[in-house]
Amino acid sequence: MSLFYSTLKYLAVTLWSMFVIAPFLWALTTSFKDFQSVTSGATYIPWVDFEPTLDGWRSLFKSPAQGGIAIVEPFFNSVIVTAAGSGISIILGTLAAYSLSRFTFRVGPIRNGDITFFFISQRIMPPVVLSIPFFIMLGKLGLLDTLFGLVLVYVVLLMPIAVWIMVDFFNKVPLEIDETALIDGCNPYQAFFKVVLPNSVPGIIVAGMFCMIFGWTDFFFAFILTFTEVQLLPVAIVALNSSITPWWSLSAAALVSVAPLVVVAFVVERYLSKGNLSGALK
Amino acid sequence: MNFKHKYMFLLPGLLVLLAILIFPIGFTVRLSLSSWDSFYPGLDFIGLENYVRLFTDDSRFWEAFGRLSLLSLTTVFLQYIIGFSLALLVWKEIRFQRLFRVLFLIPMMTTPVIMTVVWRTVFHESLGPVNDFFSLFGMQPLWLSSEILSKFTVILVEVWQWTPFMFLLLLAGLLSLPKEPYLAASIDGAGPIRTFVYVTFPLMAPISIGAIIIRLIEASKIMDTVYVLTSGGPGTSTETSSFYIFIKGLREFQFGYSAALSITYLIIMIISFTVIAKILVKLMVRGE
Repeated sequence: MSLFYSTLKYLAVTLWSMFVIAPFLWALTTSFKDFQSVTSGATYIPWVDFEPTLDGWRSLFKSPAQGGIAIVEPFFNSVIVTAAGSGISIILGTLAAYSLSRFTFRVGPIRNGDITFFFISQRIMPPVVLSIPFFIMLGKLGLLDTLFGLVLVYVVLLMPIAVWIMVDFFNKVPLEIDETALIDGCNPYQAFFKVVLPNSVPGIIVAGMFCMIFGWTDFFFAFILTFTEVQLLPVAIVALNSSITPWWSLSAAALVSVAPLVVVAFVVERYLSKGNLSGALK
Repeated sequence: MNFKHKYMFLLPGLLVLLAILIFPIGFTVRLSLSSWDSFYPGLDFIGLENYVRLFTDDSRFWEAFGRLSLLSLTTVFLQYIIGFSLALLVWKEIRFQRLFRVLFLIPMMTTPVIMTVVWRTVFHESLGPVNDFFSLFGMQPLWLSSEILSKFTVILVEVWQWTPFMFLLLLAGLLSLPKEPYLAASIDGAGPIRTFVYVTFPLMAPISIGAIIIRLIEASKIMDTVYVLTSGGPGTSTETSSFYIFIKGLREFQFGYSAALSITYLIIMIISFTVIAKILVKLMVRGE
C-alpha cells in the first residue's frame, strides 16, 4: 500500500478516536473544577488554566442536603436491577432460543419464525408507549418505586436481545452434538444442560454483555417508574441537569457511571478478535 | 429431533413475556378508546374520537413524525457510512489494531442520557469548549437554541453514541467472510476498489441490511437525547414522535389521547419497517 494511502488511513482512525475521547476528556477536566472556574469560561488544563479541587468527587458521597448527590446507593441499585434483569432474561431467553432452534413448532399458522419474530419485535416498541400502562399496572400491584417492579420491566426490555443472539448462536452449533448425547443415553434435558450448554458459553457471554449494556444504559423506565425510594444511577445524574447545574459533580458522576462498561468494551473486542463474536452476531 | 418436552424449553420465557406484556398492550388499546385525562380519570368509552382528532386536528403529531423520519434516516445513514469505513479500516493489518477497535466500541457502552448531559456542557453556548473554539473566529453558534443547529447537535450526539453498534455488527460480519472470493479476485488482478465493489460489498449486503434495520428500530425510539439536550426545543424544532407522546401522556396527562397516538405510531412503524426492509433488499442485492 502506498504511503499516501496509509497516511490517510491513520489520519482517519486518529481523527475518529479523538472525537470518541473528546467528551470524556472534557468531563475529566471539568470534574476537578469549582463554581469559579466553570463560570469563567472554558478552561482545559489544571494548574495552568484553573486551580483543581476535589469538590466534584467529594460530592458523590455527600447527601443531597449537604449539596452532594450520594451516588453510592443509586450505583448499587443499578447494579442489582441490571444483573437481575439480565440474569433472568439470559436464562429464559437461552431456553426459549434453544427450543426455537432445535424443535419445530406448529400452532395453527404460527411457526418457529413467527415466535422468534414475536420475541424480537418487542424491541420496536418505544419505551414511552409501554411506560403509561406499566405505570398503571405496577401501581395496581404495589410495585411502583420498587426494585422488583423495575426488574420485571427490564426482563421485557432484555429478553428479546437474549433470544435474538442465542437463536442465531444455536443455529450454528452443529446438531450432531445433541444427537451424540442422545445416543449416549442422555434424555433431552441432560443433553441440553450437560453437553449443549457448556459448548454455548461464548454465545451466552455475548448475549449477557448486550443485556448488560442495554439494562445499564436504560433511563426512561427508571425515570417514569421510580420516585424516591429507589433511584437508579442515570436518573440520579440527570436530576442534576437543572438550571444551575453543578458541572463538576455531574462530570465526576458521569465518569463513574461509564467506567464499569468500558471493561465490557475490552471483553467484546477480545471475542471479536478471536472470531467468536461473528458466529453470535449475524 | 422432536419430543413432547419442547414446550418446557419455550414456555417459561414466552409466558413470562406474555404475562408482563399482555396487560400493557391490551390496556393501551382500550385506553385509546377512552377520554381518560387528569380531570376525568376513568375508562369511559368514546369510540374512535381520539383517532379522529389525531387524523384531522393534530398537525403537531405529523410534524413530529416527519422530524423523526428525517433525524433517524440521517443518523442511521451517517452511522452506516462511518461505521462501515471504520470497520474496513481496522479489519486488516493496522498498527494498534486492538486499541482502535476498543476505542471505537466504547461510546455504545456508555449511558446515552448521561453522555448527553456531558455533551450539553460541551455545546454550552457561553461556557463550553466548542464555542470557546469558534470564538477564535469571532463566532458564537447557537448549538442548542437555534432551530437548525439544534437538529445538527442531536444528530452529532446520536452518531457519536451509536456508530459503534453499526461498527460492531459490520466488523463481526467482515471477520466472518469467506476467503475464497478474495483469492479469486486477486488472481483476476482486481484492485482494492474493484474488490470492494464486486466482492466485499455484495458479500456484506445481508449483514448490512440487518444492521441498518436494527439501528433504524433503535433510532426511531430516540428520546433520551432529545429530552436532555433540547427538551424538544427550541419551540418544537427537535420534537420527535416519542417525545410528543411523552408530553401528551406524562406531562399533560391526556392518557386516552396519548394511547391513541401510541397505537397509531406503532402501526405506522411496523408498516414502515416492512417497506424499508423490502427497499433495502432490492437496493443492495441487485443483480443476483
